[in-house]
Amino acid sequence: MTQYTSVTDSDLAAMLAAIGVSSVQEIFDRQIPQEVRLGRPLELPDGKSEQEVYEHMRALAAGNVSAEDELCFLGAGMYDHYVPSIVDMLMERSEFLTPYTPYQPEISQGGLQVMFEYQTAICELTGLPVSNASVYEGPSAVASAGYLAKLHNGRKRFVVSAGLHPHTLATLRTYAHGYGIEVVEVPLAGGVTDPSVWAEAIDQDTSAAIFAQPNFYGAVEDAAALSAAAKEAGGEQLVTIAQVDPIVLGVLAPPGECRVDVAVGEGQSLGNRLDYGGPSFGFFAAREDYLRRMPGRIAGETIDVDGRRGFVLTLQTREQHIRREKATSNICTSQALNALAGVVYLSWLGRRGFVELGELLLRRTHYAREELCALDGVSPLHSQPVVREFAVRLDADVAAVRRYCAAAGVNPGADLYALTGREEDRGGLLVAITERRSRADIDTLAQVLGEGVAAERLTTGDAGRGVEVGASA
Amino acid sequence: MRPPTQSTDTPLQREPAVTIFERGAPGRRAFQCPTLDVPDVRVEELLPAHLRRVEPPRLPEVSEPEIVRHYVRLSKRNFDLDSGFYPLGSCTMKHNPRLHERVAALPGHARLHPLQDPERAQGALELMWNLERALSEISGLPHVCLQPSAGSHGELAGVLLTRAYHEARGETRHKVLTPDTAHGTNPATVTMAGFQVVKIATNPDGGVDLDDLRAKADTDVACLMLTNPNTLGLFDPNIQEIAKVVHEVGATLYYDGANLNAVMGLSRPGDMGFDIVHFNLHKSFTQPHGGGGPGSGPIAVSDRIEPFLPVPRIVRREASNGAAARGGDASFDLVEDWAGAKSIGRLRGFQGNYGCFVRSYAYIRSLGAPGLKDASETAVLNANYLLARLGELGVLKFLPLAYANAHSNASIPEGDEAVRGLCLHEFVLSGGPMKRNLQIKTLDLAKRMLDYGYHPPTVYFPLLVEEALMVEPTETETKETLDSFAEALAELLAEAAEDPEIALHAPYTTPVRRLDEVGAAKNPVIRQAF
Repeated sequence: MTQYTSVTDSDLAAMLAAIGVSSVQEIFDRQIPQEVRLGRPLELPDGKSEQEVYEHMRALAAGNVSAEDELCFLGAGMYDHYVPSIVDMLMERSEFLTPYTPYQPEISQGGLQVMFEYQTAICELTGLPVSNASVYEGPSAVASAGYLAKLHNGRKRFVVSAGLHPHTLATLRTYAHGYGIEVVEVPLAGGVTDPSVWAEAIDQDTSAAIFAQPNFYGAVEDAAALSAAAKEAGGEQLVTIAQVDPIVLGVLAPPGECRVDVAVGEGQSLGNRLDYGGPSFGFFAAREDYLRRMPGRIAGETIDVDGRRGFVLTLQTREQHIRREKATSNICTSQALNALAGVVYLSWLGRRGFVELGELLLRRTHYAREELCALDGVSPLHSQPVVREFAVRLDADVAAVRRYCAAAGVNPGADLYALTGREEDRGGLLVAITERRSRADIDTLAQVLGEGVAAERLTTGDAGRGVEVGASA
Repeated sequence: MRPPTQSTDTPLQREPAVTIFERGAPGRRAFQCPTLDVPDVRVEELLPAHLRRVEPPRLPEVSEPEIVRHYVRLSKRNFDLDSGFYPLGSCTMKHNPRLHERVAALPGHARLHPLQDPERAQGALELMWNLERALSEISGLPHVCLQPSAGSHGELAGVLLTRAYHEARGETRHKVLTPDTAHGTNPATVTMAGFQVVKIATNPDGGVDLDDLRAKADTDVACLMLTNPNTLGLFDPNIQEIAKVVHEVGATLYYDGANLNAVMGLSRPGDMGFDIVHFNLHKSFTQPHGGGGPGSGPIAVSDRIEPFLPVPRIVRREASNGAAARGGDASFDLVEDWAGAKSIGRLRGFQGNYGCFVRSYAYIRSLGAPGLKDASETAVLNANYLLARLGELGVLKFLPLAYANAHSNASIPEGDEAVRGLCLHEFVLSGGPMKRNLQIKTLDLAKRMLDYGYHPPTVYFPLLVEEALMVEPTETETKETLDSFAEALAELLAEAAEDPEIALHAPYTTPVRRLDEVGAAKNPVIRQAF
């Protein structure tokens, strides 16, 4: 017996008698050939009591420097936002935490309605009419959107902006190699997708045109112009796909108003913890035309035999358990609990709060960029508008500066070159601002970063590249 | 005691479904925005008009108490594992220890940024390394990658690894074999990975039809995907011969780990000849299923597949020059090699569902080697006991064990009408005789079970069993629960024998009754109308 099982000696005797065997061993002996049996104990440590395991897990946690322990300006795909207490409380409820996929809708109305509400919230954010009930996370959501495009038009190439997150580019390439699509990358110019190269790269063989909003370098793209150019060069059958940061959609034009066909992205910003990268959720919204090619679960409204309003999993003929090799995706388990956190969070922010938060991020990010770029040896990497994250170039070794800052209790942001491997990103630092980073925190960052750059300075003199910061893009 | 046999109008039923968007009033709110402590620059100055949003999204306008009450009441419209028996076959609904939630919420885990420098995330990397080593030992395969987000994602990883393996040998293969008993995710994955599905027949004993396999295994076959024990709950005794046939044509053998809960510490896929395995941490290693996720689907592979594993990889370095980060004897690093000559690349962002790793690692440390073996043995004991009880109570006359002839059990007299046998951690019954003799289908049985207070088993899978019912009790249920469930099932059948109409119109006591799924699909309403 372990702490989670309950067979007493007398239970065992009664159970074996009912089965008609003399031992549990016999059950296995009759079914699994000796040649493939493991004739020895697993080489793993013995079990431990709850409190011993707790102490071990606590010690491992203490081996990490979390956003609780330092002033953290890391972003690049996941962000240290405040998660309200009601999110924790509702996620911990047994009724949400411990069931599985709502295969029996009569006893799963809670979860199904949450999916329906979540879908509504995502449609509102993105300005698109249909949403599924969540996918795994951001980068693989883009790869799944690409698969949708392939199924939709059968064309052979994706044209993608270099402004996509490097993990997204890598994931998309992995998937696309499998389903047989070529990926062509369009470089940036002045911090955003180069519009002329973009238009030239797209033709009637282009299955999907994919960009990020804001892009990996924090710059706000002209989404409407990119979409329009893609449709013009690739025709209506081309699918425009945007990977969107949902938290800034209170201030940025929604993808649905920018001729984006499919908007996907990482949902972690919406009420989910960092968790060293997961679990969070990916969202997936689209125009009506793509509804029957969407991956994953979708909840729909209906009525019961007595005419009561209710919810079910719908359009299941898209899915793997019905359509098998003809399914629109292989997804089975997705991220229902994390999507619950998302819709509770969005309800908590509410219609006004969502915009207020976006504006706060916008103003603080703008302030931070100005403060940092006023430092000697720090200049903006681009001059495009930014909302919650921005890139600067340090006239110093980024790794050395980051170590300097870490010693002062500040994590100044992500080393761009370490993430992209692009030569032009050497010296680049990507700084993220959340509502948890106050003006005082930003001032501390500016001071420590300034000291760090001064200490690790590569050259003397004017390091700035003379780029103006502003909204005049 | 039989539950109500007609519509009851319970308090929950009287409460109409109202969405959060239909609650509240303009101007209400829960969120108080942090103080604007930086200059109040006009938004117009920071964002040009053509990039800005004009109309705010129509999110709810509700107070915090309204949100709490709304979602707590909604939660009561769910059945959950903490409240009752949930023998959903193939899903391993075992108890979710709350210790796991507590340790996953420690800020050192929960607020750790995924891009934290490896030297400042040593605890996380050590945990992941230890979990990799444990999964390697449990599977009998030397190399592990934790990255995939769920079982289906692990399958995709496995099939893409297979593609990379063949390509590296200069071969282009087009077909992947899957048995007709396979989970739907298998064929769906094969197509997504750019291969063609070829079905393999099942023999009369419920295993892979070896003749069919031999006929279809040629040098255009990249892989055979298999679950063992399979979706019929049967361990394929020919597994070594199957592996031989597959390997002779140069293909890989893939193990769908959905049923690993039957064999932990008892039999290992690596020793059976599998090259690639995926685990469902949310099944065998007890993640809360969350109403449909999150999950986690690590993979383990053999030496020949290892070079192609996704990045980043965790590496352990022996301490040298006092480099050990935490005073231990080793340090850990994440390696993402861009040159990535052989790796298939990334399957997602960052390192995977770390929060799930914390929970499953805590589980493995709690149980240890003897505990994991005990878990599988007890899961198998419970399933066999439940099967035996159903036999004793006459249930198997109407719901016979599928492929019963394959379940050898010498203690059952020959010719016994209610022939029963042995299974591993789950078993599949066929509702065919029930349908013919009692005029109720498996669906009706499942719906009536809801009134009896149970989550029904998996229904209508696997596809080749008529009116299938797949039962997986798991090891964490007591004998008393199994007894009660068996008795309820017997009672339900007795009730159906008297009056099939009861089950045909069930359920009666649930928040809503049978729902119009056809209408929902015909005219999809998938968001709130404003």
